[in-house]
Amino acid sequence: MALVTSVVPRTRRNVELVLLVLSFAVALGAYALVGIAETGHVPADMITVGGGLVLLTLALHVVTRLRAPYADPVILPIATAINGIGLVMIHRLDFVGRYGHSLAPRQLMWTAVGIVAAVILILLLHDHRGLSRYTYTAMTLGLVLLLLPLVPKLGMTLNGARIWIRVGPFSFQPGELAKIALAVFFAGYLVTARDSLSLVGKKVLGLQLPRGRDIGPLLLSWAVSLGVLVFERDLGTSLLFFGLFVALLYVATERMSWIVIGLSLFVGGAVVAWSLFSHVQVRVAIWLHPFTPELLQGQSYQLVQGLYGMASGGLLGTGLGQGSPGKIPQSESDFVYASLGEELGLTGLFAVLVLYILLIERGLRTAIGVRDGFGKLLVGGVSFSLALQVFVVVGGVTRVIPLTGLTLPFLAYGGSSLVSNWVIVGLLLRISDSARKPAPEPDPVAKASRPEEVAA
Amino acid sequence: MNAPLRRLGVVVAMLFSMLLASTTYIQFVQADNLNSRPGNSRALEKEYGRERGPILVGGQPVVDSVKVDDDYGYQRRYRRGPEYAAVTGYYSLVYGASAMEGAADSYLSGTADQLFYRRLADLFTGRQPQGASVSLTISAKAQKAAWDALGDQRGAVVAIEPKSGKILAMVSKPSYDPNLLASHDRAKVAAAWETLTADAERPLENRAIASRLYPPGSVFKLVTAAAALSSGEYTAESQLPGPAKLKLPESTTTLPNDFSGACSRTGKVSLADALRISCNTAFGALGMTLGTEAVLSQAEDFGFDHALEIPLQVTPSSFPVDPSQAQLAQSAIGQFDVRVTPLQVAMIAAAIANGGTLMKPNLVDTINGANLDVIHREKPQKLSEPLSEDAAAALTAMMVGVVENGTGKKAQISGVSVAGKTGTAQQGEGDPPHAWFTAFAPADDPQIAIAVVVEDGGRLGTRASGGAVAAPIAKAVMQAVLRT
Repeated sequence: MALVTSVVPRTRRNVELVLLVLSFAVALGAYALVGIAETGHVPADMITVGGGLVLLTLALHVVTRLRAPYADPVILPIATAINGIGLVMIHRLDFVGRYGHSLAPRQLMWTAVGIVAAVILILLLHDHRGLSRYTYTAMTLGLVLLLLPLVPKLGMTLNGARIWIRVGPFSFQPGELAKIALAVFFAGYLVTARDSLSLVGKKVLGLQLPRGRDIGPLLLSWAVSLGVLVFERDLGTSLLFFGLFVALLYVATERMSWIVIGLSLFVGGAVVAWSLFSHVQVRVAIWLHPFTPELLQGQSYQLVQGLYGMASGGLLGTGLGQGSPGKIPQSESDFVYASLGEELGLTGLFAVLVLYILLIERGLRTAIGVRDGFGKLLVGGVSFSLALQVFVVVGGVTRVIPLTGLTLPFLAYGGSSLVSNWVIVGLLLRISDSARKPAPEPDPVAKASRPEEVAA
Repeated sequence: MNAPLRRLGVVVAMLFSMLLASTTYIQFVQADNLNSRPGNSRALEKEYGRERGPILVGGQPVVDSVKVDDDYGYQRRYRRGPEYAAVTGYYSLVYGASAMEGAADSYLSGTADQLFYRRLADLFTGRQPQGASVSLTISAKAQKAAWDALGDQRGAVVAIEPKSGKILAMVSKPSYDPNLLASHDRAKVAAAWETLTADAERPLENRAIASRLYPPGSVFKLVTAAAALSSGEYTAESQLPGPAKLKLPESTTTLPNDFSGACSRTGKVSLADALRISCNTAFGALGMTLGTEAVLSQAEDFGFDHALEIPLQVTPSSFPVDPSQAQLAQSAIGQFDVRVTPLQVAMIAAAIANGGTLMKPNLVDTINGANLDVIHREKPQKLSEPLSEDAAAALTAMMVGVVENGTGKKAQISGVSVAGKTGTAQQGEGDPPHAWFTAFAPADDPQIAIAVVVEDGGRLGTRASGGAVAAPIAKAVMQAVLRT
């Protein structure tokens, strides 16, 4: 035994702290630059606003240190950096003064809410496997949240997409939270159904086709996502959910046939929707021919302004506070990517994209490292949904796909998005902790089967 | 489940590659194209946000940029708007830039390649980038004299320094106020534009170098005379037939003189006298004898049919292609299809004045950076040698005769020998003619060569002639230059 030295995994919490300090430097430096560009001096509220962000993330860091010591050290600093850059951009756009009130303080407040939610999640959820008990609760919650905007009087249409609900003074994108609920449901459902989904079925042209009854859930989720596309008029949400489901189906069953079937179903459905519904046709026309004169005056104005903004930024950008991103409608939410492109240039956008890539890659690595199937599917699912969401939003702004109403995780203005993405960070921290911590010496099966370990 | 998760990672990498590519495409590959799209106000504002360099005449700005408190940062100001409009042009948010504002745009806006290192320095020092200033060759006195002398008549005046090709004056009337088009109020600009473009008198066109070209009338006789002298077969004393009417071959029409009767009692006239009294029949006959080839190549040596940038675009003047003998006779006296710009006529005078060597006309003197260092200094360039020194001297003497004792007496300046030629270009039966005058002075050491055209007879209407209407204007401008 003396020869077998087991490598003691290190917690890497100090690495996280160092990286966090770097993230603070990026965010606070940018904040100071905006102040200098807009008012000529370093902003007076640097201490309070900057301090707010620092204290919040440090709190999450301390909680991680105590309750999830083996968590991946890169996730929190990246989320902090992207959130910080987004806050600075929103603060900078407040100087344009389009809304009569400042958005940055609200965004900071929602950041606080999101981080607190992540802290609560880490404190209460000792083992992510406990979540698998709520598979069908999550399904119900997810579907309700997804379809909530269709309820008359509650839902509201913004920029053509009906993905918002309004309760009193608050507006909310329930789809953002549905993302997490549905990831839990998909993971829970697929981990139990994977055997029947992957092992039986006829083989045609090298593809193992599933049985008719096993295809039911796929068809159901296809129908729901098309319903979202047609009735909520949002390609992004629709693509996000269906893509998430198909990806997890593939991960669970390891069968390419699901991807082929899923993609054909989606493409077919989208083409049918395009031929039947004029609002889908308009979206496609804006995507393909934004410079058509009749579109330019109204429907493609935002997209084209975004392109102009990014073009004027060029390689290095105009510098924070030096461009005119205020010309783009929703430059702080749907088009924050174009705003950043204008002022930080191609260089800045590459940096932001690389941050996202790193974050998603850490998520997928956690999925590979975690030991249980449910955890793999859950963390793989939320990571992939982040990737899909970034793709759908940035792809929409840069004309890879038609424009949608989704927002960039952490970066864009919007409470629902921010809170749900910090919950995902909490989830990633929690699951990466169990992926990286040394396997418990005694009977791990017994531990996993003790449900009272999971806090209520 | 790890293998598919890894493949999912590859899918994510592919998705992000597409985003990196699309972002690069927009911000790098397509950026210039997007920035120059007509509807892109952002690029304009960026351009306006930089202080555009001034346009100077004699060290004083005729156009400069003043700081204003709006989206654009700077407002273009034209201090002597209409007087200089033909030279400066306008710089408009809506309609772009014209004339010098357009031709020297890369310098004025500071984007020229020569300004690269300056921009680089500005980038690092955080200094607000500034455009370069463009100094013109225009003489403020000549410009003012031309503007005033033309008065409310339609037409154009161009004056050149023969030795260098520097353009001393360039006026086109009717003019417009570029300030109206440079306003930042798009609605006002559009309204002004509507008015100007709808105006039947075409105030936006620069009659001196572009616009619709004019028939030159008798000033073209200088080209025919130059062709005759260049052929070596003619001198100032060569005798030409000068009847009252010239019978044209293969045609029922005849070519009459502008005055009644023959060009002399004998019916014969010397080349010098023919030019002095502007004898149509003698020059018509001379043209036919010389042939199309000789007259055309002489005209081309003077600049006909050649594109020219001063750096404003000049419309090439033209001589008819393959005329019949009758048409050639009419072309030789500047009628039929001969069409010229006033600048072209001034170039003919300038070449004769400069001993037969034509210098390239040019409006830009120097270009200076924001800190006054010279970025570019325009050197005089030879354009062509349309006639020999001897021929030029002979033609000069003949032109002095025109002013001393011929059709151009109204251009006489006491104490200065002036060489000139009148033109009265017929447009059609009963229509008032265009009145022309071209000249240079002093004849022995030319400081200025000038061409004046007054449309439709100016104040005199159908009774107009080049000598009566255009010569006094040329005289006023020459005096303004020579009095220094």
